[in-house]
Amino acid sequence: MPAVTVRELTRRFGNFVAVDHVSFDVDQGEIFGFLGANGAGKSTTIRMLCGLLKPTSGTALVGGIDVGRDPEGVKSRIGYMSQRFSLYELLTVEENITFFGGLYGLDDKAIASRRDFVLEMAGLRGRERTLARDLAGGWRQRLALGCAILHEPPILFLDEPTGGVDPVSRRQFWALIHQLSQNGVTVFVTTHYLDEAEHCHRLALMQAGRIAALGTVHELKNVFSNRAVVEVRTPSPMEALRALDDVPSVEKTSLFGTALHVWLRPGERDTGPLQARLRERGLKTDSVEFVQPSLEDVFMDVVERASGVPT
Amino acid sequence: MRKALAVGRKELWQIVRDRRTLMILLFIPAFFLGLYGYALNFDIRHVRLAVMDRENNHDSRELISSFTNSTYFDIVANATSMPDIERMMDRGEVRAALVIPEGMSRDLRSGRVALVQVLINGDNANTATTVFGYAQAIVRGVSAQLQLEMITGGQLAPPISAEPRIWYNPELTSTLFLVPGLIGFIVMISSVVSTSMSIVREKERGTWEQVRMAPISNLSYVVGKTLPYFAISLVSAFLIIAAAMLLFGLPMRGSWLLLLFTVSLYLVGALGTGLLVSTLVDSQSLAFQVSLLVSMLPTILLSGFIFPIASMPAPIRAVTYIVPARYFLVALRAIVLKGVDLHVVSLELAALGVYASGVIGLASARLGKGKA
Repeated sequence: MPAVTVRELTRRFGNFVAVDHVSFDVDQGEIFGFLGANGAGKSTTIRMLCGLLKPTSGTALVGGIDVGRDPEGVKSRIGYMSQRFSLYELLTVEENITFFGGLYGLDDKAIASRRDFVLEMAGLRGRERTLARDLAGGWRQRLALGCAILHEPPILFLDEPTGGVDPVSRRQFWALIHQLSQNGVTVFVTTHYLDEAEHCHRLALMQAGRIAALGTVHELKNVFSNRAVVEVRTPSPMEALRALDDVPSVEKTSLFGTALHVWLRPGERDTGPLQARLRERGLKTDSVEFVQPSLEDVFMDVVERASGVPT
Repeated sequence: MRKALAVGRKELWQIVRDRRTLMILLFIPAFFLGLYGYALNFDIRHVRLAVMDRENNHDSRELISSFTNSTYFDIVANATSMPDIERMMDRGEVRAALVIPEGMSRDLRSGRVALVQVLINGDNANTATTVFGYAQAIVRGVSAQLQLEMITGGQLAPPISAEPRIWYNPELTSTLFLVPGLIGFIVMISSVVSTSMSIVREKERGTWEQVRMAPISNLSYVVGKTLPYFAISLVSAFLIIAAAMLLFGLPMRGSWLLLLFTVSLYLVGALGTGLLVSTLVDSQSLAFQVSLLVSMLPTILLSGFIFPIASMPAPIRAVTYIVPARYFLVALRAIVLKGVDLHVVSLELAALGVYASGVIGLASARLGKGKA
């Protein structure tokens, strides 16, 4: 049985449909990524899955419990960590752990054993008496994660968990998440960082309250397998962008960092017309070559198609 | 219940580390009591008085000594002329002057009305009114005495003499009346401010949402969170009461147990008000302002603390019925000054109970609203 089953889940705020008939499954032990711009409906979906918000219609089973019927029952089976690493700043590391343990109804013995586990996991040994506000970002993040899994929840929700954390800490954090996943914990994570999304087993891209694309990272990239992406490096990218836009074999162009990504129409494989046009306009190029579409390419493409507005 | 205790313990750790909250709870109340206790005093004593005695005989000296004996007036100068008095008044050397004209005794003996003049500096109307009252009472007393001597020709007692005994506050010191009000005022402010701030702070920091993700009922959370504030506010309230006894001679004529119960009931209402405020606002600064507004204004203006409720216009009097301090003050004064039993203040206690359950009910309903 999947850890999370969502069917036609909908939430309206007045006339605004924040989440619009969303359906998906998350398997046990899976790291499931939820991507989307701000306001795409990610947070609303998470809040419904955690039992904080009642769905307008549709169902969501989290750990086998219907969140619409028994929101409180869901809470003891999930862990939640938000982007703010909501710890009590004036409490020490140890006190934060004790408090969150008590909040989930753990007795003193259970708290003591879980405290050791969390201190070990987060690398906070020797810092038990440090105030949470004096911890650096990476440690705060790992402590917040530890506090969220004190009660050993089978499902963990992470809401943009790596904001404001340095790259090394971020890597450590993802190593912890993979470890949890290997131990059978289902991880549901939202993120803005596309490179982070590559850590997820499967991804859902959300756009305007709907799931615009869903699949493994590989699958999502393969959606574009019949369309080639050509990367053009040139000293004058803006001119090149305009020059290439109306080449018949080009579907669309976009800036990608300092380079240019040119999507060819399905079946097109020839860079000849591109180079001819650039020469015609007297534009120099450093390189013109086929590349694998990145997740960002996929994301931009999905968002663009779903909203009907070129980004 | 274990969960509520976990919340309570956490809150206590936080309060102990958070100097600002601890100050609001412990230091500010004592500071307020000292400040207001000494500043708010409607009694006027030792009014500086100039005397111009043109008569200078037995009768006039009798009158002057009545002024001195009253302790309300201190004779600081003997004036010899009107310009003299004017000068002293202008310089603020005296606040009042007594002028006894020549021929007062003659007028008295011949059955005519003898006039003496009392001049009062009216720049502060309140003080002037009080001083005027004192002067009038003294003069009236002396004149009754003289009248009697004239009629009977001797030192007989007056035919009817009222012997006033003022109970509970024999010296009519306004401090004894005001200090209970101050206690109600201070306890209200500090507990409303501290509870509302503590919850709004969690909203600001995001820990509120984290806690709402946990399987703990609103009630357990709120109980756990207010428990430490209740304990600290109770200690603080009794510290103020103890300070009031030491500094202002507040008596304790009733039962400590009844007092404890009354203060507790009042505190629950105050903490509930703080909770209610915290459900209405989302920032600490706004919470602070709203808390001050809802606790300070009604408690000062509409509780009978300073202004008697009986003399308010009917619509405003109606509003005072929902001000908890109104009932608390009556009960507190009755317990400490009169030493009454439970049944005398049962109506006030019932009203406090209704208020407390009302605000807490409203607050929990509002707290639960955002929830699924």
